[in-house]
Amino acid sequence: MEGTITKSELIEHISEQLKLPTGKAEQIVNCVFDSMVKALQEGEGIEIRGFGSFTVREYKAYEGRNPRTGETVHVAPKRLPFFKVGKDLRERVNRSRETAPGEGPKGIAAAPASMPAPAPSPPTDSGGFGGGTSGGFGGGNDSSGGNRF
Amino acid sequence: MKMTKADIIEVVYEKVGGFSKKEAAEIVETVFDSIKETLERGAKIKISGFGNFVVRDKKARIGRNPQTGEEITISARRVLSFKPSQVLKNALNGGDPLP
Repeated sequence: MEGTITKSELIEHISEQLKLPTGKAEQIVNCVFDSMVKALQEGEGIEIRGFGSFTVREYKAYEGRNPRTGETVHVAPKRLPFFKVGKDLRERVNRSRETAPGEGPKGIAAAPASMPAPAPSPPTDSGGFGGGTSGGFGGGNDSSGGNRF
Repeated sequence: MKMTKADIIEVVYEKVGGFSKKEAAEIVETVFDSIKETLERGAKIKISGFGNFVVRDKKARIGRNPQTGEEITISARRVLSFKPSQVLKNALNGGDPLP
């Protein structure tokens, strides 16, 4: 509704923010979600503090109905993933409604105008963090920056 | 047994490599922070193979305290919902990744 960010845009953003080669950022983001899929596949829940939790719910087989035709259909047992938003994120999302209903930069796509062009990162496999200190993360620990993301 | 952020950091550290554990932690933190900041702005996040996180505006409505039966107004709010991708749903049901 207010713009969409895809996984590749997320990867691009991570790469700029952490000054990592895109390929590396891609590996990382894929690894994060792959590991989450794997956990859910094993029936394990996931809990990311400040973000939310994922659980797997088991459904028994039941006789359902095609709502259009009224026809009875057999629904096989299945497992579905559920997400419950964490308190912190729930409040942040809701607060955005009160503070800026429908305006302001939305997501990554709106941001680059005010961001300096990222320095091309050397395609190394190590030390890609500009010195390896946390200072190389471009001050990524504030949560108030209006146009950082 | 629940997977936590620490477990994800461990996997990233082992599988991707090229940085210290502390850096791996900061990277994973950045990934979730970026997602949160995007959602906070009302934008949608689409992760192919996983699902979509969508922010929805809900109108105010009359609810009921299920314990007392008392009517209360539930104020208008903005909520986050997750729609799992077909790929994830298939993965959980032992099927092929794609329909």
